Amino acid sequence: MKRFIVRRVGYALLSLVVLSATIFVFVRLTGDPSVLLVEPGASKADIDAVRADLGLDRPLLVQYALFVKGLLKADFGRSFYYRTPVLELYLDRLPNSLLLAVVAMAFSLLIGIPSGILAAMRVNSWWDGAGKVFALLGLSMPSFWVGLLMILFFSVYLGWLPSSGSGTPLHILMPAFALGWYFAAAHMRLTRSSMLEVLGSEYIKLARLKGLPEAFVICKHAFKNALIPVLTLAGINLVLMINVAVVVETVFAWPGVGRLFYEGIAFRDFPVVQTSIILSGTMIVVVNLAVDLLYAVIDPRIRYER
Amino acid sequence: MNGSRAAALTVAWRLASFRREGLPMFPIVILATLALLAIFADFIAPHDPQVGMLGERFRPPAWQVGGSTAHLLGTDHVGRDVLSRLIFGARISMTVGFTAVIFAGVLGTTLGILAGYLGGWVDQIIMRVTDAWLALPALTFAIFLAAIVGPSASNIVIIMALVYWTRYARVVRGEVLSLKERDYVRLAIVAGCSKRTIMKRHILPNVVNSAVVLATLMLGVVIVTEAALSFLGVGVPPPQPAWGLMLADGKKGLMAGYWWLTVLPGLCIMLMVLSANLLGDWLRVKLDPQLRQL
Repeated sequence: MKRFIVRRVGYALLSLVVLSATIFVFVRLTGDPSVLLVEPGASKADIDAVRADLGLDRPLLVQYALFVKGLLKADFGRSFYYRTPVLELYLDRLPNSLLLAVVAMAFSLLIGIPSGILAAMRVNSWWDGAGKVFALLGLSMPSFWVGLLMILFFSVYLGWLPSSGSGTPLHILMPAFALGWYFAAAHMRLTRSSMLEVLGSEYIKLARLKGLPEAFVICKHAFKNALIPVLTLAGINLVLMINVAVVVETVFAWPGVGRLFYEGIAFRDFPVVQTSIILSGTMIVVVNLAVDLLYAVIDPRIRYER
Repeated sequence: MNGSRAAALTVAWRLASFRREGLPMFPIVILATLALLAIFADFIAPHDPQVGMLGERFRPPAWQVGGSTAHLLGTDHVGRDVLSRLIFGARISMTVGFTAVIFAGVLGTTLGILAGYLGGWVDQIIMRVTDAWLALPALTFAIFLAAIVGPSASNIVIIMALVYWTRYARVVRGEVLSLKERDYVRLAIVAGCSKRTIMKRHILPNVVNSAVVLATLMLGVVIVTEAALSFLGVGVPPPQPAWGLMLADGKKGLMAGYWWLTVLPGLCIMLMVLSANLLGDWLRVKLDPQLRQL
């Protein structure tokens, strides 16, 4: 177990090194990164100051060492637009993103789990077919379009919901649904296949042989076990939702980290863009590591795999 | 029975069996229509997609009050014909989608074969990069790259290739690992083929199926990503008629209830992505049963 943990943590660290190197290289790809890292309209002296700060006259490896040193000290630079440290800005927005992700997750599970169970109970029925169509539509309709359609319907025609901003509970409904929509399809498909696997197992047959009512078998025995993989995926997806909400947050002007990222692009605020992507990748590497370790604790077979 | 009659019968039987197996007509018809629109856009589109008439702003589609047959699907905020823009938009989506998928596919398949067949440090380097890059959300990564190189249709293709090759590399490498243990590959080694020849002549043809299936499935993903980038203003630059850009422009008329500017471009994206997904699913089952779990 110890060996497994050490190796897995080692891989995660290696991933982070590759990630930081990737970003470091791409920023220098167009030649002079001080063009990106200096404010639009800055004077010659300012550009020279940034050059000296980044050590652009020194060898690449030294530059990379400086870059990583900055990351390790959590020094992500200062936003051009807000004139405050980027990390502060990011942490300010994170609770909003988390709130949006949690509500979106609730939507996606409320839609995905019941429809997945029903589809598994009646395989190849019209309900199962409807589920497949729903899953396909979920994958084919871009979330920002779903968001725009909802604004058109609920805000413009019906006038029930505010079209953008935040503050009241009503504000979160549409962005959360637009974000959760895509994931609902994934959760439905996994619930269905996981449920089918459990329903085919021996202990379900035994429960049925004992003469337990079908509803009891499904709810009490099958449901609990089928839920484990779905909840694991939901955990990973929650972190993913925080990091893929850029377009939805932009459509609804929701003040989360995705919106911050978009503003970074729109205002040519490169430190914000760079920080957002570094933190995004780090979060996902960490959650993947956590899930792997958790699985190794639950299932000893995984520990001995290569 | 003479030969020609037998041949005709065979063809008829083949056609019948294809029909029995259910050729996916819906996605084929949609994609073919979009391809034709894209190719012959100059002849089909009734107006210039980039030139608007300010006197004709926000005209509704022909069947609504205030609409006219001059602009069947209405006009946008600067009086450009929506139908013409949608038709030319098909050209942008198709070109960007297909070239990006092919670039990513060639890059990913090559690196996947190298990693799988050569193993060792080549494998380690390629796969560590793949793992790390897969941790970045595709759209975030694409936006980051677009912020560096600046928006243009050709840059979008390069960005997509850089973002999506990892998917191919992982799948192809997995296949190569099992292929290289097969007898015919061992025979080729014994026969003295160079590594290069083995990879090109013996491994590549056997992973092409998976790569094609993956490419079809990726087509939808790439088109949505391009639309999202254009929507955010870091994709295809205005005034080109990309569907994502049209949705961004459509926001200007959204609160006034000009539905056609929001509904129609999105519908086009959805139809194209849906078709690509359906075709990909069908091909997956037909060509490569191993990929069903993907």
